[in-house]
Parts: sequence; C-alpha cells; structure tokens
Amino acid sequence: MFAYLVRRLAYAVPILLGVNLLTFALFFVVNTPDDMARMQLGVKRVTAEAIAKWKAERGYDKPLFFNGAADGTAKLTDTIFYAKSARMFVGDFGAAEDGRDIAREIATRIGPSTALAVPTFIVGLLVTVSAALLLAFVRGTRLDFWGVVACVAAMSVSGLFYIIFGQWLFSKALRLVPISGYADGLSAFKFLVLPVAIGVVAGLGSSIRWYRTLFIEEIGKDYVRTARAKGLGEGTVLFRHVLKNAMIPILTGVVVVIPQLFLGSLLMESFFGIPGLGSYTIDAINAQDFSVVRAMVFIGSVLYIAGLILTDLSYTLVDPRVRFD
Amino acid sequence: MPFQPVLLWSDAVLWLLVGLLATLAVVSRRAPPLAAAWRKVGASRVGMAAATLLAVFALIGLADSLHYRLALPAEPGKPAAYGVEVLSVLDGALSGLRGRNEKTYSAPLATQSYAMETAILANGGQQRDFPPLRYGGAQLKPGDSWMADVTMRGISGVVAGGLLWWLISTVLLWNARRGAAPGDAIAQIEPWRGVRAIFMKRPPGSFAWDAVLATLLVVCLIAGKLTALSAGYHVFGTDKVGQDVLYQVLKSVRTALVIGLVTTLVTLPLGILLGIAAGYFGGWIDDVIQYLYTVLNSIPGVLLIAAAVLMMQVVIDTHPEWFATAAERADLRLLALCFILGVTSWTGLARLLRGEALKLRELDYVQAAQAFGVAPFTILLRHILPNVLHIVIITLVMDFSGLVLSEAVLSYVGIGVDPTTISFGTMINNARMELAREPVVWWSLVAAFAFMFALVLAANLFADAVQAAFDPRRSAQ
Amino acid sequence: MSAIPVQAAPADALRVRDLSVGFAAGGRVLTAVDGVSFDLVPGETLALLGESGCGKSATALALLRLLPDAGRILGGRAELGGDDLLALPPARLRDVRGNRLAMIFQEPATSLNPVLTVGQQIGEVLARHLGLAGEAARARSEALLRQVGIADPAARLAAYPFQLSGGMKQRVMIAIALAAEPRFLLADEPTTALDVTIQAQILALLRDLQAQRGMGMLLITHDLGVVAEAAHRVGVMYAGQLIETGRRDDFFRRPAHPYTQALFAALPDVARRGRRLLALPGQVPTLARMPAGCRFAPRCPKAFARCGSEAPAWWPVPGAEEGGQQVRCHLYDPAEAARYREAFPSAPEPAVAGCGTDAAAMVTAGQDAATPAASDAPGAAPLLDVQDLQVHFPIRRGLFKRTVGWVKAVDGVSLHLERGRTLALVGESGCGKTTVGKGILRLLRPTRGEVALAGRLVPDHGRQALAPFRRQMQMVFQDPFASLNPRLTVGAILLEGMTALGLPGGKPGAAEREAAVAALLDQVGLPAEAAYRYPHEFSGGQRQRIAIARALAVQPDLLVCDEPTSALDVSVQAQILNLLAELQERLGLAYLFITHNFAVVEYLAHEVAVMYLGRIVERGTVDEVLRDPRHPYTRTLLAAVPRIAAAGEGAVGNVASPGETPSPANPPAGCHFQPRCPEADAACRARYPEETRLSPTRVVHCHRWAGKDVPPMLDK
Repeated sequence: MFAYLVRRLAYAVPILLGVNLLTFALFFVVNTPDDMARMQLGVKRVTAEAIAKWKAERGYDKPLFFNGAADGTAKLTDTIFYAKSARMFVGDFGAAEDGRDIAREIATRIGPSTALAVPTFIVGLLVTVSAALLLAFVRGTRLDFWGVVACVAAMSVSGLFYIIFGQWLFSKALRLVPISGYADGLSAFKFLVLPVAIGVVAGLGSSIRWYRTLFIEEIGKDYVRTARAKGLGEGTVLFRHVLKNAMIPILTGVVVVIPQLFLGSLLMESFFGIPGLGSYTIDAINAQDFSVVRAMVFIGSVLYIAGLILTDLSYTLVDPRVRFD
Repeated sequence: MPFQPVLLWSDAVLWLLVGLLATLAVVSRRAPPLAAAWRKVGASRVGMAAATLLAVFALIGLADSLHYRLALPAEPGKPAAYGVEVLSVLDGALSGLRGRNEKTYSAPLATQSYAMETAILANGGQQRDFPPLRYGGAQLKPGDSWMADVTMRGISGVVAGGLLWWLISTVLLWNARRGAAPGDAIAQIEPWRGVRAIFMKRPPGSFAWDAVLATLLVVCLIAGKLTALSAGYHVFGTDKVGQDVLYQVLKSVRTALVIGLVTTLVTLPLGILLGIAAGYFGGWIDDVIQYLYTVLNSIPGVLLIAAAVLMMQVVIDTHPEWFATAAERADLRLLALCFILGVTSWTGLARLLRGEALKLRELDYVQAAQAFGVAPFTILLRHILPNVLHIVIITLVMDFSGLVLSEAVLSYVGIGVDPTTISFGTMINNARMELAREPVVWWSLVAAFAFMFALVLAANLFADAVQAAFDPRRSAQ
Repeated sequence: MSAIPVQAAPADALRVRDLSVGFAAGGRVLTAVDGVSFDLVPGETLALLGESGCGKSATALALLRLLPDAGRILGGRAELGGDDLLALPPARLRDVRGNRLAMIFQEPATSLNPVLTVGQQIGEVLARHLGLAGEAARARSEALLRQVGIADPAARLAAYPFQLSGGMKQRVMIAIALAAEPRFLLADEPTTALDVTIQAQILALLRDLQAQRGMGMLLITHDLGVVAEAAHRVGVMYAGQLIETGRRDDFFRRPAHPYTQALFAALPDVARRGRRLLALPGQVPTLARMPAGCRFAPRCPKAFARCGSEAPAWWPVPGAEEGGQQVRCHLYDPAEAARYREAFPSAPEPAVAGCGTDAAAMVTAGQDAATPAASDAPGAAPLLDVQDLQVHFPIRRGLFKRTVGWVKAVDGVSLHLERGRTLALVGESGCGKTTVGKGILRLLRPTRGEVALAGRLVPDHGRQALAPFRRQMQMVFQDPFASLNPRLTVGAILLEGMTALGLPGGKPGAAEREAAVAALLDQVGLPAEAAYRYPHEFSGGQRQRIAIARALAVQPDLLVCDEPTSALDVSVQAQILNLLAELQERLGLAYLFITHNFAVVEYLAHEVAVMYLGRIVERGTVDEVLRDPRHPYTRTLLAAVPRIAAAGEGAVGNVASPGETPSPANPPAGCHFQPRCPEADAACRARYPEETRLSPTRVVHCHRWAGKDVPPMLDK
C-alpha cells in the first residue's frame, strides 16, 4: 500500500507539470506581459515607461523560459516560468495585486471556506443518499414517480435562484438570519446555516436522481435476487446488500471532491459575504488579478489529484476486490 | 434594397448546426436501430411535449439569428447607406417592444412609473407622485378602466391564440395524415379536429400527437395573451433603463441556444475523436489522451474557464481594431466563450467513449473486420463510431441544459457573455441587487428565472426521453 | 385441459397448478408460461427440460415470486404445506424463501454479493430462519461448507466471492440454499456456466445432497445429458407449455412428443457421423406470435390439420403405467389411433434412432466407416502447419504498467491440418483454445512460433503482408449476436471482406456486387432479400449463417470456427452443423473447430487436439483419442461429459475429478495437470513431460507413456 501511494504521488508530478505548463501558456504566451500591462493600465494613453515599470514591479520583465543574460542555473531560474510557475511547487505563490502574500491570504481564508463547504457536503450527502434509497425502496410507485419529477424540476432551476430567493425569503422577508457576513467560532453558525441549507437544497435534484439510478441498477443484479431468495426483507436487502455495492460508484464521484472542499464555494461565499477562498477567487477574477487566479488553479489541481488518490484509497474500504489485489 | 443581410459568426455556426442536426435526423431515419430509438422518443408523451416546447424556443432563437441592417433614408445620388445597428428578424417582429423604452423601472402591466418623481404643477406648486409611463397604458384615456382594458385584451389574446392553435394543428395533422398508414390512429382524425386528436386513444408505441398538440395549445394561448397585452403594456415590466423585460427574455433565448448548442460543436469532434482513438488503439495513444484529459480535468472547471476568459478579454481589449461594430465584438466574445466551454468540457464525453470503444474493440464483428485486414480508420468509422452514436446523442441533449444553467453562473462571476449581450445571466446579474429595494423589484428576476426554468426543464425532460429510448439500461424506469 | 399430468401426490408435495406467467412489454403482457402444472415430491428430482425462452426459468422464479420487474404472475396456485405461495402475503412468503423452499441460480459469478464474505452470506440465512448467531452460526456455516465439498472451510468463511473459482462459488451458493435445510430446492441451470469437469462435480454433489436429505428438487436445464445424470422425473417445456412428462427411464426409452423426439434426433454424436442431423425447421415462436392450436405444429414433421387449430389435451403414452408418461399431442388421442400407427410405425415404442450412446457403447462400437483413414496423403505440405505457437499476455501492475508476469495463454502449440479435414481443438474455458485460433489468424500477435499456410510462412503482422493470407483463412465466432455489426445491412457485412481484400465482388458495379451477395446467401440457405435487412431481424441460427457467409465471401481454404454452436439451442445447432458439413463436402474447406462439446467433436471432426493450460496434452484421430484416451486429463474430460444413459439403467454416477483448472498466469510446476491427476508421481511434479508418439497419428504428453513411442520407422 505504501509503495502504491508513492507511485501514485509520483504520477501526480507530470500531471501538475502539465497543469503548470498549460496555465503558464494561457497567462504568458497567449498574451505577452506587455498586453497585460496595457490592459491593466488602460489601453489608451499608456507610455512605454509605464509598461516597463508595471512589468518590473511584478517581475514580468524577465524572459519566459530561458535567460541568456544570467549565469549558471540562473539562466533557468531567473525567468518568468521559474519565478511564477515552478515556484508554486514549493508553495510560493508570490504577491497579489494589492501586494499581500497570496500564500498567507490563502491560509487565513481556508477556515471560513471549510466551515461552509464541509457541512454542506456532509449534510448534502446524507440527505441525498437517504432520499435516493427511499425512492429506490418505493420504486415503481406514485411516490417514486413524483419524486423523480420533483428531482427533474429541481435540477432545472438555476442555482442562482435558490440563493437569491433563499436569501430574500429568510434574511429579508422573514429576518431569521443575517443577510451576509461572517464571524469566527460558534457565532459563525448563524451566518452559515442559510448558505449550508441552500447549498444542500440546490444539489438535491440531480444527486438524488443519479443515486436512485445507481441503486435501481444495483437492485436489478443477480445477487439481490439471491438475497431475496434467502427470505431477507426488502430493508435488509437494500441496506446490507445494495447500499454497500452502490457505494462503489457513489464514492467515485464523491471522494474526489473532498479535498476541493477547501476551495470553498464561489457563489455561496460571494453572495453571503463569507471571507473564504471562493470569494477570494471571485474578487481576483473581477479585479483581473492574474497571480491569484494562477495560484488558485494550481492549488485546485493539487487538490483534485489528492482527491483521485483518496478515491483509490476509499475503494479499499468498500471493495474487497481492490483491498486484496 | 431596404436592408442589408448581416451574417454574424454565431449565426453562421448556429445555422451550420441546424444543418448538421438535420443531417443527423436523415442519417438516423435510414439506420433502423437509431430510427427505432427515435420512434420510442416520439411515443413518449413527456418527451414530445418537451420537444414541442424546445422547438418553440428554437424558432425564437433562429428568428433572432437572421440579422440585417436597415437602409438609411436614401439620399439621391449617393450609394445606399445602412444603419450601424444590427437587427434580427426577431427584433423586427418585436419592434414595438424594442422601441418603447420607459425612463426606468415599472412593474408588470403598470401604467405608472416605479419611482416617485417631483412634478411641477401647472399652478407652480410641486407634487411628488408616480408619473404615468410613456408607453405602458398610454392608450388609456382618463376615466378608462385599467382593469377592463387588461381583461379585454387578455380575452381577445386568448381567443386569438386559440385560433392560431387551430390553424397550426390543422396544418400539422393534415400533413401527418398524408404520411400515415391507413390503420394509424392519426388517420382517423379529421385534420380540423385538433382537439379530438388530443383526447384520442393512441395505440401504445405510436407518435404522441396528443402531447404535441396539447403543448402547442398551451403555448399558443400564452403567446396570444402576451401579444395582446404587450401591445398596450409592459407585460413583465421594465428594467432599470426602462427596457421591456419581455423583450429581454425573448432575446435571451438565442444566447442560451448558442451556448448550449455551439459548445457541443467544439466538444463533439474532440470528445469523439480522442475518446474513440484512446479506446480502440490503446497503448501510447491511450496514455497520451488520458494524460491530456487528466490534466484538463484536474483544473477546477470554473477556474480554467475564468483563466481562459480573462485571457480572451485581454486579447479583445488590446485589439479593438478587429471589430467593426459592438455587436460583432459581443458576438465573437460569445463564440469564444462557447469555444472555451467546449475545450474544457470534452473530457467527460471522451472518457465515456473511451470505455465504450474499449469494449467494442473486443467484439467479434470488429475482430471479423480485422480478420479481413480492414484499415483501422475504416474500422473506427464503420464499426465503432456508429455503435457509440447513441452515447453521443444522449450526451448532446444532456449537456445542453447544464450549459444553459452554467451561462447564468458564469455571467454572475463575471466571466460570461459580454455585458451588452442580452442573456438570462446578464438579466439576473443586473437585477439581483434590486431585491434590496423597497418595494421589491422582482419582475426581471422572476421572468428570467421562469423562462430559463421552462427551457431547461424542457431540455431535461427531452434528455430523459432520449436516454430512455437510446440506453434503456441506464435510464431510470 | 381436463387431464392434468400429475398423479395423486403425497400431502407434503409442492403442488403447482395452472401456473401462468407473463412479461409486460410495450404496454402489453405477453404470456411466457401458460398453465403449467406439476408436483415436486420430497426425495425426487424433477427436471424441467427446454430450449431457451421456453419459460422454464420463469416457472421456477414465479414459485418464489422472484420474477424480474416486468414479470407478472397471471394465474395458478403453488401449494406448499397448505399455503399458496403465489398468494401469500410478502412477510409470510419471506418465511418460506430460503427456509422451506430454496433456490440456486445459473451464474455463480454474479449471484453472490461481491462485497460480503462467504461467512456473512451463509450466516444471513442462519440468522433469518434458524435464529443462529455467533459461534453457533460459524460452526454451522463451516459444517455446511464441508458438506458441499469445500476444503479448509474455516478459512473459506472469511473469503470474498472473487477469491473463489466458479465451481467453488456454485458450491457456496448450494451451501446458502441448504443452510436452513429446505424441503425443496429449485436449481435453475446450476451447471450451465461451468466447465464440464466442474459440472460433473456439482451434479454429483446435488444428487448426493438431494438423496441424503430427501429433498424435492426442481432441476431446470436445457441439457439432455444433465437430465440423464440427475433426474428422476422429466417435464419437457416448449413455448411456455409443458408438453410431456414422465419418469426418466420411460422418457429416455421412448420420448413421446414429436418435439422431444426431434431433440434427441438433433443431438450430434458419433453414430451419426457422415449423416445429416435431423434439424427442425424454423425456430421457437416468439411470445408475441404464438401459434393457435399446438404450439409445435408449425415445426412438427408429423403435424396434421387438427394440430393447427386445436390445442392438444394430455394423453397417456401407450404402454405407460397409470400416472406414468403423459404427452400433450393429438397423435396420442385414441381417436387418432390410425394416424399414430402411421406416424410411429414401430409402435407402441416410438423409434428413436441412436439416442442412447454412452461411453461404453462408444468404446465398443466398430470403426466408423465415415472416418477417412488418417494419413492418406503423406508428403504433401499440410494446409495449415503451426509450429510452437506461443501467445503470452503481459500482466501489468501499477500506474506505470510494469510487466510483473506473463499469462501464457498459449504456450507452445503445434498443429497441422490437411485440406478438407476438420481438426477439433478441445478444452475447458481458459485453456487458450480461442487464443490459438486468433493467434493463427494474427488477430493477436504471437509471442513466438510459426504458422505456415499451404507451405508459405504467415508473417506476424503488417496489414499489406497479411492480405494474401487473410483471403485463405477466416473465422466464425461464437456469439452470433456480437459478431454482426448491428448498424450495417447484411449485404454490407458480406461485402466488407471482398472490399477490404480487393476481390471482384467488392469492386464497384452494383449488379455484380448484388449477384455476389445473393450467391453467398444462397450458399448458407438464406434468401437473397436478406441482403437488405439488418442483423437484428434474424434469429441466432440465421445470424450464424450470415457469419459463415461473411467468412466464405473471400473464398478461404481454412475456417477457424470458435465454438460456433455453443450459443445456440440444440435444434438450431443441428442446422448449423449440417451446413458446415455440407460446405466442407462441397468446397473442400478445412475447419479448425474450437469447442468444448465432445458430442460435436465426435460427429464432425477427423482429428482432435486436447488442450490444457495453454498446451496440447494429447493429439490424434477422433477414434484414437475419444475411444482410447491416454492422457489422464482427456480421460477426466470424457468421463465428466454427462451421457444420455441407455434405457432402463440407473444414473451413471460419474467419478468427478477433483480440483479445478489453475490460472495460466501461474501454472503448476512440472506437468500442468499433476495437482489434479490421480496418477501423478514425483516425475510429474518435477518437469513437463515430453512428447510421446504412440501411433503415426497420435502424440501424448504424459510421463506414464514416456518411452513407449512407436518405432520411428513406423512413423509416416
């Protein structure tokens, strides 16, 4: 298992390198630093000096990949690629447009993001899996039919609607919770309860329907017939036999996102004024702060790969075929 | 010529897509297994009701994709000159709605402005009051009842809509009867008795005429009522700059269609080619393609799109000389967004097709072709592609609704369409702050959400029917 | 139906009366089982025999109400100890399931829950019906595993299904079914998915357990051999109806219904060599289009006017004792006595040619005249000459796909085959026989070895270089449903080879192409219109004809037939075997016939090669190998084949060989067969035996025959 993990991690390196090259190409090759400077400074009436100054302040005045003017290893390290992309491997993300260190900013914002995303994830998973099991249990009945109809309707509603309407109803009309804001510690509860609830509700439709399909597909398998032939009740069949097998495809979709929970939710955080990584990203996008976007892309892919590894590990929990292989 | 046709890039692509879909329809008619699956879709009431609604949306969107520039008043001796504004056939049809702008917000069917204004009275005094709208209810003379006017218009609109439905259904049924076998249920219905067709007892497995006609009836009644009312009022109110919300909602349809369809034009070739090639050839080709999509997948979708859109913005902003008109610029940005969405979302399809091709290549008929020494590319084209086509069709219809929904989110995040392009996303984005006003300005939001819901629900239901017909195993019965 | 074919059954029987089952499809319910009645008596095995789709599995599933979602019980009763199983409330039904009435299924691979251990899956039944838990349950489970013949039962309790072989899984299934000591057992094709040696083990086990416990067993099967081995009574089903019942011995002595007789006549075996098998025309009617009157009438060679209009009643077979053999056929109506004598001239015992052959009869039978002398054309280069063919697949592990080992699917196979002859390659699943075929055709790239076709060496790869050889050898695949592209018309399928290999028929010119396709279809007995239709419009047998026509399109000399009839019903199999024999006669084709079915080998082949774990263990003419097998594995295989017992004899009771085929990734040291071989000694464990030539045509790899070569000068 240890050797497996090491190999898995080793495989992550070329992927991250690919991500790195891709983002680098996107940010520095599609547009030259000059273009960016011109755009940041305003396209009209911009002097060459202003551009040069802008570039120098941000370290964009170096060559992209190879610095012929430097000595020794600096030929490679004194370049934009090394300074802006390769350094991310060691957690050095540089500074944002406002001069703050990105790595430190991320560290402080991870807390609120996690406080929002983790409960949403857990509650959502519990609710959807139980609802899907219920629909699978009563499959073929009216309740099942209308449940599926409700799911399709719910997944046809824009996520923005849930947020905007929920915020208006509970915060503005009913005044149950504050509209937005965040506090540390236990008092975070009153700020988080609404976004968590909305986050859960917004995801119900598609997840319930998907899990129900998985359960029903599993119910059609031969071993379920065997279980019934033993005289087991439908509840035992569902919980003991079907659920355990259906966990395998469910985990595939679920575990991979767990590490990405740290990234927070773009929409929720920005609507509810929660100072997490999601709102950080949105602010960066709106302010066209490329350094922050680049850093978030990199962290996002690191977390995705971590998710893939976690997924593989989680299989060993539910699938003996993997465990003993 | 009183107008000059204009072909925007997105128009070209959209019409190209219409052509492709038509080709696909012809191809599937000729391939019995596909034709049988489509017949199953045709027999599904829900599926056909959704398809009818989608067709109505498609008509709106396509009418909005025939662009032209109007000729300016001719000056003798000079070559004909054309206006800068690029209009569409839909704009032409809705010229009433498009031109009648109020000053600012007004509620649905209102005759007065939303905001109080200080008016100077004839006697020199000042009075704060809601000023009457420029157009909304302008036909009312003092003393006329607003209620009576609205009711009258509503009733006449419904009646007109009913007549329109009768006309359309007669034409449709007459046309369908010509192609029907004598035993078909549809052949028993007189074409002008559309209502009977709705209630007829359909033999199971035959085309769901009842659902199509019933949906059309509902659409016609609503359209008739909206048309009649919109002649005298802003049915869905107006927005901050006084533009009619109904007009905006109808214009948004095209944007949604372009995003939902054109994106797949990018996804399909990438997904199909790379997916099938990875699965069929295996080996290093598979390794490279898998690496490619793991890299793309590993970047969180929104961030990748954000990064790409930001970069595209830089390109557009630094090259203003590329675009003759604002419309062209907005149009190209829309297309670029589709392209970016496509490039970032082909991985799902590719992975599905890879898995399928992996199974297919072990099948005996592929082996039989190999035993004849058939060239690999021919095998891909003759044996693999046709047998994964159902997956492609399912993915195409399933992705559509997701893309329409994501447009709204992307516009909110600020990486969506050009702010001047009317879309559900921009409408919601512009209107969401207005919920904080007192009284609440809700109509823009509600109209945008309602239309988007109708479009996406129709797409989802249609996708369900398609999936049930093409992939009975996966469909949740 | 006035007379129901059941005698006064004891009170503790499972009484099934007028059971009807339907399946909902497209808004209609199609009847799949139509008024079936029988009694299942403790201590007796009733076999329900029928071809695919006849409703035999639906019958069994309906008794436990385990039909799939589309299934509906349309009527009837199933009485067990005063309860009607079909009307019992769900909670009470669950008390019956697995307790008084248990069931085992066809696919042991999918019928066990993959994520629960064997112990958990057995324990469930013990807890549910006997209230056993903890140590008591564990001890009981262990005892059960021991009873079903699983070695080291304590350790196996903790195993997951994927860690067990197919035969072991089926044993676990049986242990689960027997856990609550049911009075009745439903066994739905319990051995169909298993290899013949494992089948023999499982059948023996079921027979023993049934006798020990005095259970009533309903054995559902399509295999007459299995019926002969394990049943006391037989019921034959056709198109949803029971059409004949009787004691096994009566049944085998004189099958009464024309359909049953046709089943016997369609069986290939050595006695019918060189003759056409009796093949029923057409196929089983579909549920949607059941004929009126007798359902077999449209295919029945003895049908007369009444059969088409009136459904026959049950009649006793002449000469059968009270409550004995009964049949549902108008010919047995005493009113049709004259017609009966005409149909069965040798009445009262209807003549059935050659239905009783067993191993003994085969050995003593004289040399078959139809078998040409083996080495009649010495000197000429054989059509196919395979030398030391090896196909190894790498086992890759981990992300970087390091090769950690090799599956030696084919490990040094040498064959040769003359023009116009048939070589049968026989072995159990996983022995590498299909891989040999694909390796010869270069559908898989061989690791080593040479293949020569008519004296010319076939290159390992290269599309251009292989093209001339592809004209000469083609393949017919096992599954007719997977071997035709559903998206192409039959015409396009047939033209593919000609186009790819640049044959005249593939050249443009519509008339010429059409003529070529029509000629091909005619050759396999299909009408020319078939060219414009799609594969899904054809039945399994017709599809296999199309697949044969496709291979013939390039006029090959050699056809590799990979189990071409194993997916087909017996009556359809006979049609295809006839066609193959006829084509060989007419076109002088050579067949490399890959199969596991010895009956087919006996009927069709000239030479046999027996494969075990990637190597050929014995090779020779059919007479040599099948009548006087020398390799212990060949003997095991032959002994395991269920034989249709000679009339009146009891169950044959084969000695099942122990153990199962090991994985070719990790073959045993020495002789591959030694762990299962009753005669193995130290030499066998030490090294793989060399080739021993026992006659000019026969070789064997076995230490017991080492050094007993025929003198070299006699060779050739």
